[in-house]
Amino acid sequence: MGEQVKLFKTWSSAFGLRIVWALKLKGIQYESIDEDLTNKSPLLLQYNPVYKKIPVLVYNGRPIVESLIILEYIDETWKQNPLLPEDPHKRATARFWAKFGDDKVMSSLWQILTEQGKEREEALVQATENLKFIEEELKGKRFFGGEKIGFLDIALGWLANLVPVLEEILGFKVIDKAGFPFLSEWMLEFSSVPAIKENLPLHDKMFSKFRAYLAAAPDK
Amino acid sequence: MARTELKLLGAWLSPYVMRARIALNIKSVDYEFLQETLGSKSQLLLESNPVHKKIPVLIHKGKPICESLIIVEYIDETWSSGPSILPSDPYDRAIAKFWGTYVDEKWFPNLRILTAEGEAKDHVIRTIVEGLDLLEDAFVKISKGKTFFGEDQIGYLDIAFGCYLGWLRALEKISEVKLLDEAKTPGLAKWADTFSSHPAVKDVKPEVDKLVEYGKSPEAKYRAAKAASS
Repeated sequence: MGEQVKLFKTWSSAFGLRIVWALKLKGIQYESIDEDLTNKSPLLLQYNPVYKKIPVLVYNGRPIVESLIILEYIDETWKQNPLLPEDPHKRATARFWAKFGDDKVMSSLWQILTEQGKEREEALVQATENLKFIEEELKGKRFFGGEKIGFLDIALGWLANLVPVLEEILGFKVIDKAGFPFLSEWMLEFSSVPAIKENLPLHDKMFSKFRAYLAAAPDK
Repeated sequence: MARTELKLLGAWLSPYVMRARIALNIKSVDYEFLQETLGSKSQLLLESNPVHKKIPVLIHKGKPICESLIIVEYIDETWSSGPSILPSDPYDRAIAKFWGTYVDEKWFPNLRILTAEGEAKDHVIRTIVEGLDLLEDAFVKISKGKTFFGEDQIGYLDIAFGCYLGWLRALEKISEVKLLDEAKTPGLAKWADTFSSHPAVKDVKPEVDKLVEYGKSPEAKYRAAKAASS
C-alpha cells in the first residue's frame, strides 16, 4: 500500500473533481480533505504557498499542485488504466485541448452567466465558437480517449456537470443536440461511467451555489 | 530527418518560438524554420493553428503541434533517444511543469505591462522581483547545487524560464530598472549567463539590442497597452 495519498479539494470544484475521477479510475485509495476556501487550513497554505489553491495531491509527504499537472503525475506514478495515449502526437493533442478547455472554454461560458444584454449575446457567440472546436475534436468517437475515457475526457468532464447547471440558470441551452450532436451524447455517456457517476456533485446543490454566487455579484 | 518532414513556424523575437528551437537543438534535429512576418499571419499558420492563430507551430509529417511547452514535451517524447529534456522522475516532472506554468501565467505577464505602466510601475517591479525571489529558491532546490534547473544539462524548466531572459534584459534597459540582481538572486544571475551561452541556446536567442529597438516601437507599446488592459 505504501504512503497514503491525500487530496485537498472542495465539494464543488471542477478542478478537484478531475483528480477524484482519476484516482477512482485507477483504483487508488486516498484520504479526502474538503477545504473551506473562506478559511483555508494551515496545511493547504503550507502545501501550496504560491497559489494557496485546491486541488493539492500529497503523496509520500510531497505536494503536487495544478490539476492538469496532478493528472499527469497520477498517470505516470500509477500505470494501471492509462489516461494519456502512448503516441506523442495524440498526447500533444490531448494536452492542447485540455489547456484550451481551461484557458478559453471555461471563461467564455462563465462570461455568458455574468454578462447581461448585448455583452451576454457576444459571450454566447464566443463560447459557441469555442465549443464547436471541441465538438469537431470529438467527431466520430465515443469518448475523447476513444473507446474508454482518458485524460481529455477527465479534463473536459466539468462540461458534463456544470453546463446543465448553467443552462438551468440561463433558461436556455448552450450545448444543444442540434448544434452539438457529439458533445451532447458525450455528456450523457461520460456521466454514466460508474467512476464518474458515483462522483458527481448534486445538480441541485450546484444550482443553489451558482445562483447564490450570481445574486451576490455586484450589478454591472 | 528530411528537412521537409519538420517545419517550425516562428518569429525571431518570440520567447515561445525560442523554446521549440532550443529543444530541437538539444535533440540535434534538422528542421525548416519558416519566419512569420510581424503584423501578418501566413496562410500556413492560420491553417495549422486555427484555434489560436499563434506561433510557434511545429509541423511534423504534416501534423501540427501548438503551444510552446506542449511542443517541447512532444519533441522530448518523439526524439527519445537524444538527451532528455524532461526529468525522468514523475515528481520532478510535476515540479518542472509547475514552475513552467508559473512563469507563463503569473510571472511574465508582469513584464509585458512594465512599459505600459505609469505610477503603478513600482508595484509591477516589486511583483517581478518577488517572483524572481521565488524562482531563486526554486533554482537552489531543483538544481541540487548543479548548473541548470535540469542539473548537469539544460532541461524543460531551463528552456521554459530561460527563453524570457532576452526580454528581461531588454525591458531592464527600456525601463531603466534592474530586475535580475546578482546581489539578490545570485543563483539565477549565474544561471542566466550559463544558459545564454549554451550551444543549444546561443544561436537562437534574439539580440537584446534588437529587442530594445522593437520594444521602443509604437507597435510594441500598443501590444503592451493591450496586454495591460486584458
